[in-house]
Parts: sequence; C-alpha cells; structure tokens
Amino acid sequence: MDLSLIVIQALNGVQLGLLLFLVASGLTLVFGILDFVNLAHAALYMVGAFVCASFTFFLGNFIWAVLAALPVVAFVGYLVERFVARPLYTRDHLDHVLATFGLILVIDTLVHMIWGPAGIAVPLPDWLRGQITLPGGIVVPSFRLLIIGAGLAAAGGLFWLVNHTRLGMLIRAGASNRTMVSALGIDIQMLFSLVFALGATLAGLAGMLIAPITEASMGMGNSIIITAFVVIIVGGIGSMKGAFIAALLIGLIDTLGRSFLDDLFKIVMSPAAAETSAPAVSAMLIYIIMALVLALRPQGLFPPKVR
Amino acid sequence: MTAILEINGLNKSFGGIKATDNLSLTVEQGELHAVIGPNGAGKTTLISQLTGMQFPDSGSVKFKSRDITRMAAHKRPHLGIARSFQITSLIMQMSVLDNVALALQACDGHSFRFLRPARSVNSLRERGRALLDRVGLADNADSPTAALSHGEHRRMEIAIALASEAELMLLDEPMAGLGAQESTEMVGLLQDLKGKHTILLIEHDMDAVFALADRISVLVYGHIIATGTPDEIRGNEAVQHAYLGEEA
Amino acid sequence: MRAGLTVLVMVALAVVPPLLYWYANPFYLDLASRLVILGIAAVSLNLILGYGGLVSFGHAAFLGLGAYAVGIPAHHWLYGGMDAIATTNGWVQIALAVGVSGLFAFLTGLVCLRTRGVYFIMITMAFAQMIYYLIVSIEEYGGDDGLVIDTRSELPFINLDDPLQLYFLGYVSLLVAMLLVRMIVHSRFGMVLQGAKGNEERMISLGYNIYAYRLVAYVISGAMAGYAGALLGNFTTFISPEMMDWSRSGELMFMVILGGFATNVGPVLGAVAFIVLEEVLSSWTIYWHLPFGLMLIGVVLFARGGLVGLFTGRGGKK
Repeated sequence: MDLSLIVIQALNGVQLGLLLFLVASGLTLVFGILDFVNLAHAALYMVGAFVCASFTFFLGNFIWAVLAALPVVAFVGYLVERFVARPLYTRDHLDHVLATFGLILVIDTLVHMIWGPAGIAVPLPDWLRGQITLPGGIVVPSFRLLIIGAGLAAAGGLFWLVNHTRLGMLIRAGASNRTMVSALGIDIQMLFSLVFALGATLAGLAGMLIAPITEASMGMGNSIIITAFVVIIVGGIGSMKGAFIAALLIGLIDTLGRSFLDDLFKIVMSPAAAETSAPAVSAMLIYIIMALVLALRPQGLFPPKVR
Repeated sequence: MTAILEINGLNKSFGGIKATDNLSLTVEQGELHAVIGPNGAGKTTLISQLTGMQFPDSGSVKFKSRDITRMAAHKRPHLGIARSFQITSLIMQMSVLDNVALALQACDGHSFRFLRPARSVNSLRERGRALLDRVGLADNADSPTAALSHGEHRRMEIAIALASEAELMLLDEPMAGLGAQESTEMVGLLQDLKGKHTILLIEHDMDAVFALADRISVLVYGHIIATGTPDEIRGNEAVQHAYLGEEA
Repeated sequence: MRAGLTVLVMVALAVVPPLLYWYANPFYLDLASRLVILGIAAVSLNLILGYGGLVSFGHAAFLGLGAYAVGIPAHHWLYGGMDAIATTNGWVQIALAVGVSGLFAFLTGLVCLRTRGVYFIMITMAFAQMIYYLIVSIEEYGGDDGLVIDTRSELPFINLDDPLQLYFLGYVSLLVAMLLVRMIVHSRFGMVLQGAKGNEERMISLGYNIYAYRLVAYVISGAMAGYAGALLGNFTTFISPEMMDWSRSGELMFMVILGGFATNVGPVLGAVAFIVLEEVLSSWTIYWHLPFGLMLIGVVLFARGGLVGLFTGRGGKK
C-alpha cells in the first residue's frame, strides 16, 4: 500500500461521507422535527441530479445549472410535504413508510417519462476537469475537491442555520416541543414546509454534485437511501451532529474497506482466501458496524435529547 | 412485623432536577401503606423505579430482603409484585376477559405454547371471569376493552393486578379521574383487598387515603418527610405546613 | 363473514388457475404460482407486522436467502465445488432455506428487536440490503447478474418441472402457512405477541419478556418466508440479488396492508390484488408504476381497512 493511494482513497471516503451527510441531514431533520419517515427522500436526490443535468445542457454551465436547480428541488420537496406528508403527520410510521414508498414509484416513473430510461452524463466546465497536485505530490481531480468544499460549506451553512438563526431556534424548539412552538403563535405548518424544502434542497444538492461523476440515473436514489439510513441510525436519529460524524465515519469505512480490506486480510490468510472473502466482508462492513453500534448503544452514538 | 419492601436512600435525577431525593421507605407485610404528596412530588418516578421501568442513580430497593434495584422490569412480577397504572394501560384491541386472561397466563408458566388456542383454556377463562366478578365487571367480560367507561377501566386495572395473586400490589392512583360515586365504589373494593394483600397505594385522593391506609408516608420534592398512622400524619406540623396546609 | 371470505378465496385459488391453464392460457398458471408463493411470504410477514406490530421492511431478504438455498446447492451439484452442500435433494434444500433464513432472522432480530419504531423499520431494511450487497459481491454465484437454477429441487412424488404440480405444492404450502399462522395467533404465544403490540408497557409489567417472544415470532416469520423463497427459486429458476431489493420488501408490505392487516386471508387477497394490478397495469403501459404508486398512496390516505375491511364492512386495522 503506498501512501498516496491511501490519501486519495481517504479523500474519496470524505467525499462520500459529505454526500451522505447532505442526504442524511435532510432525513434526520425531517424526522427529528416532523416525526415523519420519508423513504422518498433519496428520490429528491435523483431529481436533483436530473434537473441539474437538463439545466447544464440548457444553460451551458454546470455551476449555473446547480444554482438554478436548487430552487426547483426545493419546490418539489414542498409539493411532497403539502400533498403526501402533511395528511400523514398524525398517522403511525407504517403509513409514512407505505405512502412514501408509493411516492418513490411515482417519482421514479415520472423521471423515467421525462428523461428516459438511460442515464444522463453531466459535462463539467474545463476548469473543473483538471487535476490538482497536492503538497506531497498527490494528484487528485479538482472536481472531487470541489465536492468536498461544497459539502463542507453546505454542512457549515446548515449548522449555522440551525444554531444561530431564528429559523434554527424554531427548528430546535420544534424538535423538542411541538406544542410549545405552536403556542408561541408560530405558523407550524409553514415551519414544516420550510424544513421539508430545506431537506429536499440538501439531498438535491448531493445528487447534483455526484451527477458529473456517476451520471444522473434511475435508481441512484434507491441505493443511497439505505446507506443514509445507516448513517442516521449510527449517529442517532434526529441528531445533526451525530449525522455529520456518522456520515464521515461510514463514508471512510466503506471506501477504505473496499480498497484495502483484501490487503489487510492477506496478512492473516492466504491470498486466495483474501481475494474471495474481502469483497463479501467489505460489502457488509457498514452494516456490521451499524449492528455493533446498536448492540452497544441502541439509540445511536449521539441520541437526541428526550422529547 | 416484617418488612416486605425496603427502599433505601433512593436517588434519581433528570438533567439536574432531583425527582427522587434520598428516599427511604419501608412497607410492612400485610399493611396498606399510602404514599401521598403534591403534584410533582415524584410519585410516578418512585413507581417507575419500583417496577423497574427506570433505574435509580443510587440507593437500593429490596423485596423480601432480596436486592431488586436493577432487576429487569419483566422479572419483578414473578417475585410477587403486581402493579396498576395511573394512566389506564390496557390492551384496548382485546376483550375485557382477554386482558385479564393474559395477566393470569403470565403467572401460568412460560407462554411459548403454540398449539392450543388460549381462549379455550378453561382455567384461564374461568379464573378471569371470577376476577372480573370480584371487581363488578362480570357482565362486561366479552366486551371490547375500548368500549368500557373510564371507571370500568380503573376496575379492570385492579382485576389485572389481582390476577397474579401478588404479595405486594403497587397501586398507582387507582382513583384518578373517578367521579364521587365511582370513588366510593373503588374505596369499597380496596377495603376488601386490604389485609389480603400488602398494598403500596400512591394516591391523590385524601379522603380515600385517610379512610384506607394503615400508615401514610408523605412525599415532597422526592423526599419522604414523614411516615405514620393517619392520625399522626394529620397532627404532623411539617406535613401540614408542606402539604395539607396548602389544600386546607 | 371473514371465514366465508377465506373459504371463497382459497376454493377459487384451487379451482380457477388449473381451469385457466387447461382451457385458456397456460400463462395464467404462472401468475397464480407467483401469487401463491408471494402469498406465503405475505402471510409470514403478517405474523410479525399485522399481529406483532413490528414494521419489518426487510422481508424480501428471507425470500432471497431461501431462493439461494436452492440455487447454490444446485449450482455446486452441476459445476462442482463445495461438496458439503452440493445437492438437488429438495428436502435438504428446503431445510437449508428454512434454517438459513431462520438463523438470519435470529441474528438480526437480536439487534433489531432491541430498538423501537422507526429505528426498527430502518434497521430491518439495512440488514436486508446487507444480504443484497453480500450476494452482489460473490462472483461465483453470478453477483449482480444472478444465477440460473438449471435443475429444480427433487422431491418424492412431486415433479417440480410440471407447472401444475409446482402450483399445487405452492397452493398447499400457502394453505398450511395460513393455518399455521392462525394457530400461532390464537395460541398463548400469539396472545402475548398481540398483547405486546397493543400495550408494551402493560405486558412487561405483567412479567412477559416481550423481547424473547418477539424474537421467536421473528424467527418463525423469517423461516416461513425462507421456505417461500425456496419455492420461488424453483418457480423462476433464475435468481438474482434484485429479488431482495428493498422495493420487493415494500411490495410484500403493500400486500399485507392492501389485503388487510392482521386478518388471516388479508395477505392472500393482497397478493391477488397485487399480481392482478401488476399484470393489468403493465399490459397497458410501461409506466405502470405511476398509477400503482398513486394507488398505494391513495390506499394509505383513504382506505385503511384494506380489502378485507371493504368486503366485510369492518376495518382490519386498529
């Protein structure tokens, strides 16, 4: 194993972690405040990627496309809140899960109808296509650094929003005491819509950022949603800090596990055995971590305060 | 007299607020011991720690000299501790008799029995009906639980607590929410149980407590400030000051 | 009323598919076979979801494990390797399917059942996805591309290559599964399971270790679904990780809810409705998931008793 490979893979892990955080933060926000389980959350991640792809071709520039696509995803999030989530707040989680499962089918099919079954590659402007040489001679694609930068900025913005603004205060108050917030005369309905739209925007942003690497494709949401669940389970459902730490942890473990587990296994077993068992174990690694965390702390690493 | 339940130096706080503060209390075999106290005195927290729904930060609970401080909640009933809930806690989807039968079934060995329909086990059904008869609900045995009134639910709670023939019954505000007529009936019911079971009665209703209790403990801010016979408690100045004075 | 409905549905399932097979289009028997097999899985899910109140979103994993318990031994039987499990003996394969899914249910149940509510939903989902990725990562069994089962399970007196015999094995299995769940539900064990759904705190304070009871129910349910998986493998003769995707689990849940939660015949009716809808809608348009998804949302929002509730005028839920 050489060092530069490890650094590159670690950066990839951080990148995956930040994308996971963008998806998971919306989930945990919506769950923490609205007590609503939204399986269709990652469908908004996919919608973000597709809308961004179209805008990139229309506007001719990826960055402008992202900025234009964000409000569109926010609006889709609002529609989901208004027509599916809102009637279900008083119902149990089973109903949430079923209805949003139906919603996934609807959104997937609509995307299929609008953009067709094939994936859409999203071209990057030239200045993002290059590579950057880091101190130590490690070469990384500049776009990956942009993802990390954008992810960190979004995470920072989210923490600032939640901890230092009036909206954030209401969000925190709403998470611990819903009736109190309504008693304060705040339009709780409005607050819920905002939170939902915010969560959608974050997930959409994650989809837009990944699209130039993987292309916008059907089913991209369905694979990330479970990992995002693992993140918020490990972090503690409803905890923003937990989601952040767990997202980085899961991103790193998953990426490094896939890259280096066979090398590690070769230390203790025959190369042939390592070649066959490493992929299987690395595929299950994050779930095993999740099980271990839960066995020790059923509420996750950072359980939110009692509501 | 021998002590059946000994609580020693119990402490429990929630985020800096002491809900139970160095609480010590002894319940003697056979007595009806009432715990009274103003709202927020920590009665519910005390019950949770006795039933194992919550564990104390420090202190000990002994049942028949055996330390049960950290014993799992589901094991305690098998030692002979039964409880009723302050907020009616029944299985609303099931019939009245089913609820009582489930309580009886809990004391009838394990329930990893898959073959025979539980509703055809006559011993459970008959004893269930007898218990319902004892609390005056014989006619409602086959009704859905959800269809009964609040007062009837309170009596179901008692029937279920009786089912285990427990030595110690923890009754958490059995009068809660009852009208005058229903309260009188409940007092009659408890009067009937008195002497047959050791009862720790957590109660808000003063008339009921003074009519029923052999001894009374007064709980204020998580701490027992006095224990004695009803007459002693009536005459206790600290109690009058801390508690009775406010209401009188 | 409900008993009448059950008899009606089961008699129809015994008579109609063979008639269609002989006199109309053999293809209908395929649909019916899928129906009865998925019906078994839905009935098993209903035990924990409907009667136990445990919203498990990973049930397709058991189906998949059961199917691979047929596919992997058959694969080794034909192509060598892993002599210990290489067999086409149906008894061994079914035992393997039931054993492996039961064991998986036990191990994951140990963790899942320590949690409540939404944690439970997500964790069951995550563990199912773990099996999905595990199979994807194993090249030998086809990974993503799936595995063709070149030879079906061999059972005495039954030839699974005959579609009619396969169908009736599925049908009888479904009948047995329904009777089994019915028996469990009414037993002392079942009363505890339902009591824990109705009021957890009460059951604990009566002295029930509800964790242990739920775990046993979870294992029974998983093992039953594993058996259904073994049949499914024999039916499709092609298995892939896709069959344990979480949307498959969602479909099973949908069958239970659509048919009627915590009723004996509900999951079967749900499976009927699901298969018919899928068939009719997908023959109209390739975008059939759109009306299907809308319908699912509609059912949740407006029709809470499920089909059983509709037919008998009683809500199956709450």
